[in-house]
Amino acid sequence: MNDLYYNWRKAKSSFISAACFVCAVIVITPLALVLFHLVRLGASSLDWNFLTQLPKSVGESGGGMANAIVGSLVLVGLAAGIGVPIGVLGGVYLAEFGSGKTNFVVRFAADILNGTPSIVWGIVVYALVVIPMKGASAYAGGLALGFMMIPLVIRTTEEMLALVPNGYREAALALGIPQWKMVVHIVLKTAGKGILTGVLLAASRVAGETAPLLFTTPGNHFWSHNLSEPISSLPVQIYVCAIGPYDDWHRQAWAGALVLLCIALAVNVGARLTTGRNSPHLAR
Amino acid sequence: MTASTMTNSTQPPSAKPAPPAAPDIPARRAPAEPAVTFDVRHLNVWFSSNQVLDDISLQVPPKAVTAIIGPSGCGKSTFLRSLNRMHDLVPGARVQGSITLFGEDLYASHVDPTVVRRRVGMVFQKSNPFPTMSVAENVTVGLRLNGVRQKALLNERMERALRMAALWDEVKDRLHANALSLSGGQQQRLCIARALAIEPGVLLMDEPASALDPLATAKIEELILELKKQFTIVIVTHNMQQAARISGFTAFLYLGRLVEFDETAKIFTNPSNQQTEDYVTGRFG
Repeated sequence: MNDLYYNWRKAKSSFISAACFVCAVIVITPLALVLFHLVRLGASSLDWNFLTQLPKSVGESGGGMANAIVGSLVLVGLAAGIGVPIGVLGGVYLAEFGSGKTNFVVRFAADILNGTPSIVWGIVVYALVVIPMKGASAYAGGLALGFMMIPLVIRTTEEMLALVPNGYREAALALGIPQWKMVVHIVLKTAGKGILTGVLLAASRVAGETAPLLFTTPGNHFWSHNLSEPISSLPVQIYVCAIGPYDDWHRQAWAGALVLLCIALAVNVGARLTTGRNSPHLAR
Repeated sequence: MTASTMTNSTQPPSAKPAPPAAPDIPARRAPAEPAVTFDVRHLNVWFSSNQVLDDISLQVPPKAVTAIIGPSGCGKSTFLRSLNRMHDLVPGARVQGSITLFGEDLYASHVDPTVVRRRVGMVFQKSNPFPTMSVAENVTVGLRLNGVRQKALLNERMERALRMAALWDEVKDRLHANALSLSGGQQQRLCIARALAIEPGVLLMDEPASALDPLATAKIEELILELKKQFTIVIVTHNMQQAARISGFTAFLYLGRLVEFDETAKIFTNPSNQQTEDYVTGRFG
């Protein structure tokens, strides 16, 4: 092996490394651009009033999105009420009880659901719930978001349960513990933090959805006290403000987008920190 | 016995003196004791179409250590796992033949496998204390998940099991620490305590010391010799010196068949079968 060949190989290696680095930069550039742009345009309108006040009527300046922020939390709560139990139990079925054929069907269905465009969920819930109930409601919006959460939660639950070493299952069974108790008290507990992370990520993902809510809970300008009436939400409020004709509304939309992104970022970072630090169970 | 002397020197002076080692070959027929713990007749086990055990018949004597030896893949672990019905949840596994425990058919249709597993404890090669639980919780988990709620009873059984596993003195001040904070050898003895806490009559051990250093191994062996006074123990081991040190009886398995089963002293000094002799003298395997 002569020096020339060695240098040629070294050059190739450096070239590939550089190409990888460039691609990595390309990946994070959009995130940085979005953050920069939102902070530049939204931060100036983001103040205490924005977080605590209701929207003002047309023509008045000021006001905020407090009802939309709370509304989004309520909607995500409703969605989690549907998506988490069904998703976790479905994931448990896949990982612990199902056999090859049924698992294939369930996984395939979950993947199809996962790939379903969110506007379709809006239309489906509109047809199934909004029309029979004669009106949009927070329930309908929560249901649409809940449907979207199910496949996300199923797949993370299944993946997290698959990480639990089989030795724990065998140890529990060898103690004469029935299988369902083994799943609940040993396997789910061991995978608990990972599943929680998955649930949080799924929640933050659906919290930003606009399309399923347009048909199901188009929003209002006031505090909601009744879940069978439309409730306002951040994404829809941003949409309404952004397509409105007033500069003041546009500034509100930017501020709302910044708040939404900050919530999503906080949930993501928080979820990763908790699992990163406190999950020695699955590290073995 | 070098194993126990090694261990004693590492214990603090306050620790209880180690009990005298039991004789290697116990009385085979103590009065009022059933003569046989496991009576295995014509046991065949398949995984799908692959036959792993072929017509195994042997009788495991009570209150003694029976070692199962043989090269990798000969079916040792499969044999062990059929004694507590661990194959039941393996898709494609099929068990044929009969196994009785103290005269009771383990595979009869009315027998609940979880009940079998409560009577036949098991310890695995890789120590596997539950990572979400403390030392104390690990010991009592089998009782708690089988419906025992009384605090006093749980504490009493926990202490007794930890003492039997020769772990009490080392962990009594950190019963509520996470089980994974213990050393590897301590974790394995914790798993033994966990198995003992539900008071099984039999203990199955699948290479319980193969992942441990020599000192921790010596402790486990000493513990096994102590436990055999109360329990029937069946142990799978790759280590022939270990089998010779701790067991009263040895079964040699090869390619899914039982080649020879006899008193350990005979297997290692004067086996009747040429294959056994070749294996124990290290000529193959």
